[in-house]
Amino acid sequence: MNYFKKINYLFLITSTVMVFSCSKRLDLEPPIGLSSVDVYKDANNYEKVIAKLYAGMSLSGLHGPSGNPDIAGIDEGFSQYIRVLWNLQELPTDHAICRWNDVGIPEMCKMEWSADNSFVKAMYSRIYFQIPIANVFIKESTDESMDEKGFSEEQQSTIRIYRAEARFLRALSYYHAMDLFGNVPFVDETTPIGVFYPEQKMRPELFNWIESELKAIENSLLDANQIPYGRASKAAAQSLLAKMYLNAEVYTSNPKWSECIDYCNKVINDGGFSLDDNYSELFMADNHTSPEIIFPICFDGQYTQTWGGTTFLICAALGSTMDASDYGMNNGWNGLRATPTFVNIFSDSTLDTRWKFHTSGEKVILGDTTTVYQDVNIGEVLTNCPDTSGYLVGKFSNIDQMGNPGSHVSLTHSDTDFPMFRLADIYLMLAEASLNNGDQGTALTYMNFLRERAYGNSNFNFSIVNLEDVLNERSKELYWECTRRTDLIRHNKYTTSDLLWSFKGGETNGMGVEEYRNIYPLPTYDIVNNPNLEQNLGY
Amino acid sequence: MNFNLFKNIFFISCFFFSSFAFGQFSISGKIVDQDGEALVGATVYVMELSTGSSTDIAGNYLIANIEKGNYSIVFSAVGYKKIKETIAINSNVTRNFTLSEDALLLDEAVVIGYGTARTKDLTGSAAVIRSEDFNKGSVTTPEQLVMGKVPGVKINSNNGAPGSGSTIRIRGGTSINASNDPLIVIDGVPLDNGGIAGSANPLNLINPNDIETFVVLKDASATAIYGSRGANGVILITTKRGKGDDINVSFTTNNSLSSVVKYTDVLSAADYSDIVNEFGSQTQIDKLGDSSTNWQEKIYRMAYINENNVSVSGGLKGVPFRFSAGNKHEEGLLKRHKLDRYSTSLNLSPKFFKNQIALDVNSRYVRTDNFFTDQSAIWAATQFDPTMPVYSGDTAYGGYYETLFTAGGNSGKPIPLAIRNPLGIVNQKEDVSEVNRFIGNAKVTYSPNSIPELKAVLNVGTDIVNSNGSVSIPEYAASNFQNGGFKTQYEMEKSNQLIEGFLNYSNSEKALKHRLDVTGGYSFQEWSTKSPSYPGLNIAGDTLNAPGIPTETKNALLSFYSRGIYSYADKYIVTATMRRDGSSRFSPENRWGWFPSVSAAWIISEESFLKDADFLTYFKARVGYGITGQQDIFYDYPYIANYQEGSVTAQYQFGNQFVSTLRPDGYDYNIKWETTSSTNIGIDFGMLNDKISGSFDYYLKETSDLLATVPVVAGTNFTNFILTNVGSMKNEGMEINLNLGLLKTATTSIDLGLNATYNKNTVTGLSLVPDTSSVGIQVGGISGGIGNTAQIHTVGHPTFSYFLYQANYAGQGLSYGDWESINPIEDSFVDQNNDGVINIDDRVRFGNPNPNWFLGANLNASYKNWFIGTSVRSELGAYVYNNLASNYGNLQAGNSTFNSSNIHASFLETNFQGNSNEQLLSNYFLEKANFLRMDYFTFGYNFKNMLSDKFSLNAAFTINNVFVLTKYSGMDPEVVGGIDNNIYPRPRIYSLNLTFDF
Repeated sequence: MNYFKKINYLFLITSTVMVFSCSKRLDLEPPIGLSSVDVYKDANNYEKVIAKLYAGMSLSGLHGPSGNPDIAGIDEGFSQYIRVLWNLQELPTDHAICRWNDVGIPEMCKMEWSADNSFVKAMYSRIYFQIPIANVFIKESTDESMDEKGFSEEQQSTIRIYRAEARFLRALSYYHAMDLFGNVPFVDETTPIGVFYPEQKMRPELFNWIESELKAIENSLLDANQIPYGRASKAAAQSLLAKMYLNAEVYTSNPKWSECIDYCNKVINDGGFSLDDNYSELFMADNHTSPEIIFPICFDGQYTQTWGGTTFLICAALGSTMDASDYGMNNGWNGLRATPTFVNIFSDSTLDTRWKFHTSGEKVILGDTTTVYQDVNIGEVLTNCPDTSGYLVGKFSNIDQMGNPGSHVSLTHSDTDFPMFRLADIYLMLAEASLNNGDQGTALTYMNFLRERAYGNSNFNFSIVNLEDVLNERSKELYWECTRRTDLIRHNKYTTSDLLWSFKGGETNGMGVEEYRNIYPLPTYDIVNNPNLEQNLGY
Repeated sequence: MNFNLFKNIFFISCFFFSSFAFGQFSISGKIVDQDGEALVGATVYVMELSTGSSTDIAGNYLIANIEKGNYSIVFSAVGYKKIKETIAINSNVTRNFTLSEDALLLDEAVVIGYGTARTKDLTGSAAVIRSEDFNKGSVTTPEQLVMGKVPGVKINSNNGAPGSGSTIRIRGGTSINASNDPLIVIDGVPLDNGGIAGSANPLNLINPNDIETFVVLKDASATAIYGSRGANGVILITTKRGKGDDINVSFTTNNSLSSVVKYTDVLSAADYSDIVNEFGSQTQIDKLGDSSTNWQEKIYRMAYINENNVSVSGGLKGVPFRFSAGNKHEEGLLKRHKLDRYSTSLNLSPKFFKNQIALDVNSRYVRTDNFFTDQSAIWAATQFDPTMPVYSGDTAYGGYYETLFTAGGNSGKPIPLAIRNPLGIVNQKEDVSEVNRFIGNAKVTYSPNSIPELKAVLNVGTDIVNSNGSVSIPEYAASNFQNGGFKTQYEMEKSNQLIEGFLNYSNSEKALKHRLDVTGGYSFQEWSTKSPSYPGLNIAGDTLNAPGIPTETKNALLSFYSRGIYSYADKYIVTATMRRDGSSRFSPENRWGWFPSVSAAWIISEESFLKDADFLTYFKARVGYGITGQQDIFYDYPYIANYQEGSVTAQYQFGNQFVSTLRPDGYDYNIKWETTSSTNIGIDFGMLNDKISGSFDYYLKETSDLLATVPVVAGTNFTNFILTNVGSMKNEGMEINLNLGLLKTATTSIDLGLNATYNKNTVTGLSLVPDTSSVGIQVGGISGGIGNTAQIHTVGHPTFSYFLYQANYAGQGLSYGDWESINPIEDSFVDQNNDGVINIDDRVRFGNPNPNWFLGANLNASYKNWFIGTSVRSELGAYVYNNLASNYGNLQAGNSTFNSSNIHASFLETNFQGNSNEQLLSNYFLEKANFLRMDYFTFGYNFKNMLSDKFSLNAAFTINNVFVLTKYSGMDPEVVGGIDNNIYPRPRIYSLNLTFDF
């Protein structure tokens, strides 16, 4: 009995001790990483979080080129911000067609997307990945919050600039949401993280909100000559405002040509940018040295690796008889082509340095491109459609000005940055807004700046320009830079039968589609998830 | 003998003494088994007096001090049929009894969670499989020992690679995105379900030869004692241990040859040439080679397997022990693939302090050395141009024929996205790993002699895994020529620590009217995993891939549990259990949960009205209800907002610097475990003197707070998909188990076991998407177009239902089901909603990859020393989507962008030209996957008493995977997940097994 008592007491005591000590042991935190509470206590972390906000537009996750993705449900590379923005802005236009059979691609080319289209979903997810992260950053970087944390004045002034940049990046994503989806859910730094249903903001309301945000931060952002490369300057915000005003009529029914002109002039006069001498150099591995790029999305073969971005724009375009090594890559993916409609607007063909097409020479001759496109694989596959068919686009390249390839060890990922805003775009916006305001002179001046660069001389200068000329010039100058869809909508040529291209509306020779396709549907899942949302008309 | 004589004299003198002294009588005698050997510890119980005794070491018993009268006396022993007799005692009576073995083993103690119970007292659904009933032949991983043996338990090997794992589903899966694997407990230590880097399957680190019994707990009344881990059933594995005083040595050696049963049906070189010549472009025709290569034959081989095990067991100075050591060398069918396993185990079970303290120590250490052949060779072999030779004739790229650029600056170099030479893939990658695992536990049981009913148990266990591996590809290999070769390494450390203690009060060892068995205890278990991250380098040492984020993660579970079993007169039994679990995986508010269960059984055959019924020797009805959970969500911190830093290759440029990135992960503060409430109604029976026995169970499992990965409301989290509690699901089914002793004579026996299970799974809610316009959650990614999926979870349908277009057939008007014999029209589908377009709204749900019925049959027969055995398994009602035919059974498949590639032979029937997205998802490619497979057939001879009475030899010849009967057109109808994309073929294995006992 003694034994029993002793042992049992011992047993009870040890168990009690174990139970109490164990109960606390259920409070486990991840040994790697920082909890959200801790991360903003250290002023040094702000730079890394803002870097992630920028990287949200160039990387698909935490491990370049893939691994630990930011969004799920779709292949990482497929869903990279620029790649999917490109798909939405360029694939359903005359600029491009894709011969891959992956889910959602033929629908984009044929303008037959549904509210479940994987690229529609991916774009929406990327936008709403960026915005909540920006919201938390903005909330954690108010003056009161920084005072509370005891940050030094020096730390606070650095973070204040980051805060303005976070607001810019949030505004940029909301701009994409407004342009692509029209009426979207709205969250800001006052809304929580967790289960709730954001309210829907209609397009004109959202326009006003983005406008006021950008104006509010315009003077908090650094000047273009002070800002380290890669970050958003005052000129970036002004460029975005100019772009908003250029399309204001589409977004709000009220044109704002004068405001557009004002903001273009601000960028031109105060930004310190100048046109690159050589058009090609804007899209090469060392384009970070270009004096023309106002706001880049940065990529790097060693440090900023992705399967989207410029790696996609270079590799997917490489194929047929092109030699990948001429473009600084090890390999082409043989996916993208230009449509004949687009190729044909280069009436003066190879004299224009912006002509970057490649044909295999065997089967394709200029003027006879339509027959080739009837062979192109966009779902309805014809077995004798050769890989060498069509016009390929060698605009982006991973070669630098010295002719050397980029920095990736096996030339799989590119160094080339993507120009989100560049001076030529501002010139063309200024020309278009001026023309709309009846100012032929300004329009002519700025259009001809670009003609002279394109041809190397003034022989092809315009003597008079109309809006059609501006649209075509934008097409030749800015193709594959994610502006075509917006431009066509502004000129009422996107869904109408005014301009047709191969496979528009699913027809080989093209046809108009319903007007509601001027904006994309909100993805079905969010309509179902969020009772406050109403689907865009027509979907 | 002298001792026994003395004892007998002593007993007899006692009788005289007692009867003389009190005028009372006694009963005594000897109890033996069928072979005439004394039964030690058999119980003799006088019902009227509620008193009893047990037999001594010679099988003798004595009950004295009995007054004159008629008494009902029960003679029983564990594992034997009891005898109940009315005996008139009017003098000192001597009665000897022979107890025969109990086929139903009703009195045998079965391991249940935290203790044991008699089979008779079980009120829940539990199945016991002993080593003698295990599947025979070359078995590398433990769960395959019981494949097809237990109704309700579906075990499918994932593929035929050496040591590969299995998918185990007990009564269907209860979850969508949390684990559906049962909890596996070895000698009281619950294992971690997670995978181990460098190991095909964590269970292959346990030597099947060390296993004594499997107990499968199926319903909630049996598994609720495991609380938040019990929803998918529990498998309790007990290893062999030493018994008795003799020392037994057993040596087993097994030598096997394995071979491929069937290849994937692709075009021969001749057919391929004909087709390219007929349909191809001139460029493609010009590319044709003049060889005839069957690439699948080139990568596979006849493989050799050798296994040796030795065990020594018995008692050493009164301490029972068992030591075993084994090694297995298993070659895979794919050339170079192999697994070497070295295992040792030691069990000691000494007792101290007058047997008051029993110690039970189990330790096992296993090491595996793996060589993994790159399995992408299997796919490449079905795709590589059959008109091309294996070797190019020169030395570049290791001498293998490869697809090269023919023009431009890269001319002569391999085209990076082209298919690589399958044999080159096999021979040019070194992928090796070493995995070490130690599982050990020490259990101390204290049972005071003063209160023998009471037991205090303390159990401390540990499971430590340590693995490391490396991969390297030479710089001349075409696959990595661009990079200058490739090398990397990996490591993983896992640990699982357990401490638990419980108190048990039980009087059930005695033959009492009221029996009670009460257990209460607690347990704390902690799991941690650590793996560093290494860069990928080329052979020259340049970094190709920066190291990723290292893994370090931990979770803990603290639990309190209790159970009471009350049995009245061996007829009415009630069991109640309760567990409280706290998991570190959830927020403090959601961390704790209760998991109760209650069940009852009525042994009707003990009632007087059935007692004398000869045809029905045993009949028990069971009913139970309980709530269990599932918290294994593969991630340890789902409720915490955590910021992680990006890798070196995921930085962003600010000026001339690259800044590393810090990102918050999505999180759900309110996440908690799933709960499954289940009901079980069952009967157990034995008829015709137990020649026929079996059981029948009906079950209903309803899971609520179902964990599914669903889209986030946009703008409300740091990601777009999150794992959260959103839905509900139901599994309903029944199980039948029959054991037939067809023949039993002195020289011959034939035993047949049959089991059948019906299971129906239905998603009953995905509540974040209550809208009926929502199609559901699309899953089941297929190859052929990134992002294509073939399956869907929808409310009202089984999980993973196929979601496809309905093909149109030449003979229109024919119903679905007739399609097998008639070819479909290419790219023509039924417009289900008649809106003139074929889009996602026209996709229909067709069947699912899980069978409605799965059946097993086991036959064992012996004649004198000869024996045979076989096991057959069948699944009915499941479908498999033939992704190989859908993706490659068309001309477009041969028109790859980068090189010519082979075409699946289904093209010869369909003549499909292209593979549009819709074509890819045609229900034409969905096939019935009914099959009947003979898992093994064995026959052999038992050489008993050869050199001495202690030496015996058992020789058996076994074929594993004897045959498969199926109409499925692919290589193997048993495709886990239902999407057939070239699995590693399951080998047919011929083996000779010799077991020496001495």
